[in-house]
Amino acid sequence: MNFTLKVWRQANTASAGRLETYAAKGIPSDASFLEMIDIVNMHLEEEGKEPIAFAHDCREGICGSCSMMIDGVAHGPVKGAATCQVHMRTFTDGQEITIEPWRSVAFPVLKDLITDRSAFDRIIQAGGYISAPTGGARDANEILIGKLESDSAMDAAACIGCGACVAACPNGSASLFTGAKISHLGRLPQGQPERYRRVEAMVAQMDEEHFGHCTLYGECQEACPKQISIDVISQMNRDFIVASATKRPEMTSAGAG
Amino acid sequence: MELKSKIPSGPLEQKWDSHRFNMKLVNPANKRKYHVIVVGAGLAGASSAATMSELGYKVSCFVYHDSPRRAHSIAAQGGINAAKNYQNDGDSIKRLFYDTIKGGDFRAREANVYRLAQCSVNIIDQCVAQGVPFAREYGGLLTNRSFGGAQVSRTFYARGQTGQQLLLGAYQALEKQIGKGAVTMHTLTEMVDVVLVDGVARGIVARDLRTGKISTHLADAVVLATGGYGNVFFLSTNAKQSNVTATWRAYKRGAAFANPCFTQIHPTCIPQAGDHQSKLTLMSESLRNDGRCWAPLKKGDTRNPRDIPEAERDYFLERKYPSFGNLAPRDIASRAAKEVCDEGRGVGETGLGVYLDFADSIKRLGDTAISERYGNLFEMYERITDEDPYKQPMRIYPAVHYTMGGTWVDYNLMSTIPGLHVLGEANFSDHGANRLGASALMQGLADGYFVIPVTIGDYLAQAKLAPMTLDHPEVRAAESAANDRMKRLINIKGKRSADSFHRDLGKIMWDKCGMARNTESLTTAIQDIGGLKEEFWKNVSVPGSDADLNQALEKANRVADFMELGELMCRDALEREESCGGHFRTEYQTPDGEALRNDDTFAHVAAWQYNGENASPSRLVEPLTFESVQLSQRSYK
Repeated sequence: MNFTLKVWRQANTASAGRLETYAAKGIPSDASFLEMIDIVNMHLEEEGKEPIAFAHDCREGICGSCSMMIDGVAHGPVKGAATCQVHMRTFTDGQEITIEPWRSVAFPVLKDLITDRSAFDRIIQAGGYISAPTGGARDANEILIGKLESDSAMDAAACIGCGACVAACPNGSASLFTGAKISHLGRLPQGQPERYRRVEAMVAQMDEEHFGHCTLYGECQEACPKQISIDVISQMNRDFIVASATKRPEMTSAGAG
Repeated sequence: MELKSKIPSGPLEQKWDSHRFNMKLVNPANKRKYHVIVVGAGLAGASSAATMSELGYKVSCFVYHDSPRRAHSIAAQGGINAAKNYQNDGDSIKRLFYDTIKGGDFRAREANVYRLAQCSVNIIDQCVAQGVPFAREYGGLLTNRSFGGAQVSRTFYARGQTGQQLLLGAYQALEKQIGKGAVTMHTLTEMVDVVLVDGVARGIVARDLRTGKISTHLADAVVLATGGYGNVFFLSTNAKQSNVTATWRAYKRGAAFANPCFTQIHPTCIPQAGDHQSKLTLMSESLRNDGRCWAPLKKGDTRNPRDIPEAERDYFLERKYPSFGNLAPRDIASRAAKEVCDEGRGVGETGLGVYLDFADSIKRLGDTAISERYGNLFEMYERITDEDPYKQPMRIYPAVHYTMGGTWVDYNLMSTIPGLHVLGEANFSDHGANRLGASALMQGLADGYFVIPVTIGDYLAQAKLAPMTLDHPEVRAAESAANDRMKRLINIKGKRSADSFHRDLGKIMWDKCGMARNTESLTTAIQDIGGLKEEFWKNVSVPGSDADLNQALEKANRVADFMELGELMCRDALEREESCGGHFRTEYQTPDGEALRNDDTFAHVAAWQYNGENASPSRLVEPLTFESVQLSQRSYK
């Protein structure tokens, strides 16, 4: 198959970018989207030209590295798939394809199609964990968790942190990502002690990183390669309201002696 | 150099306990004075960085990914073993220990494996406490599945994303410590050398992948948790960026590299579709719980599999290994599939494939039950192959998946370089010549949560380390060598991409040092790699600058190391004149084609010591003594 690619090239965060045109020729229909770019890059390297920089690693839809807007759609035309799981047989021979990086203030472009998504890590740092220092855990079966509860925590925990939700959102909101972690931990008994501190801290960090607000467009769940439901955003909002309404000052002198 | 394994004395069951008592401790107030560098943030790296920081050590962690959550542990599908005996089916620490030793074809250290089995129990507790959503029964208890090489159900899992969930647990613990300022995280930063002063590891040289800047980071101890080297084959189930550079540079600085030829070829992967392919995709071993492997009895049978009647099918694993059947260990199942294809009975366009058929299970349990167990895997398969595994059997073929070999470490997980510790897949320690399914996650987390946090204290309490500064001549020399290497790669300005060399290397390795090897194939492989290496350093094209984000340079830098490693793997395979586990020498097999070990001569670990660019490496030997198990011909019949 043959394609005409319009690819966003940008030397670094500070410089301006532009769309460049490349011919992708003789691409097998079984090739994945990233393998198609591999082929284009191989030719560029042979000509001594800089290959298109793009983030990728596991190429089986779980590491969350790959991140491309394909014809304006985060991760391209296949529902429930990351870019690496899109195959060229999905496209028509001779098609023109436009490839851009995630577009969000909170994800500055590092080079070409690679963006800086460290804001996600900082949201997790703010509270996306259960404090359980190594060594003190009790027997795993002493905590009973019903199957449905556990499955629904797993549904939220499936997030791969790719950022498609932010890229797809007209507001550039990270609510699906943040809500997924809040729901994963908040739906489990182990997550209860820190539940309300967690939501306050994570939402505050989300704002600090310049993500936009959620107005329930629902584009995020359409783009999510793991098809995480916007129910997690409702849970985040509900927990946030409870946290704000029930907030009490923390004791500072407890435990001394 | 002598390999001192430092295995504690006393009965097997008490070694770890008595060792923990005998080790020196660092006073809580003194821990913050020690700085430990951890390279890698997969299961072993993230769990060790988080845990050591919780103990009070000052920790810096380096990853080449943009976030520690992307390490390749994330891709592990099937599960993690633990000797919990929740199923009351006769499991115990001793049985997990025995299965692992036997599964490794009696080429692993008893003491390490026993400790691993002991720690397995705590891992599950730790992970559940962190919120890892393992699969459960309606009553709320944890559930288990069985995996290859075991006759008990001891594998814990979170759908087909167990690695992801375990890694997120460790990642979140790590991020918590980063948020507190207790761990300094360096993302998009790749280690390119280890810094030795007076023979002791004192830091690393690393390249900032955003800017290309090379800088040195000093510490009191260095921990490498940088994963395996399966990508030496180019095509493997590893993530594209997985590489050997960290442990290879350590090797060239004096850390002996053990059993490099022990590679695991996983039986159930999606067959290669064409030359464009960049990696292979694993289909979890758990599928063999409900899928049956078969091939047509007749050669070149191109009928639709559903039209081939039962009588003309060969369920080869059930036929050859009736007691383990489809759950035979990986090395055995892979070889059996290869044999069938070598006989001309393979399926698919290339003839390199066998069927993994769910029809019977679907009939027995229904679509819904199968989809609950394997839904995401079936979906992944369909997306890649355009075939629906609910309607027609999967086509599978073995692919490189894991490397049992790695940096040699003693019982404390320290390499032959004092102060340099190596964890997880990057070391050689626990799986012998073949790893059992669901044991990699167990080892990564045992090393990271429970072993290194204790043993590092013993090292630090006794090491007499002089204060170190960046202007020490050995430190400066390491940094400038790293800079020179990058410049050298950029300045070759040849005609071929690094990937094209990598593909050629992979083909040599797969054809000549893959599922079957012999003197002739290995000798020619060494020559071929020599030629390829020479061409690489004359003709590789690395466009762009070294002072920039440059993925072509990152690749070339890693491929150069893979070529040297490939040569050592062939050398190791050549010297090991026996077959064991994943190492199958065609000259050494039983009349029915099983691996024929030579315990008199080769019941040992072979660790290679680097002697410089133009000299052959030395082969050091650590004899393996078995006090608790009887060496026997491994049988799964």
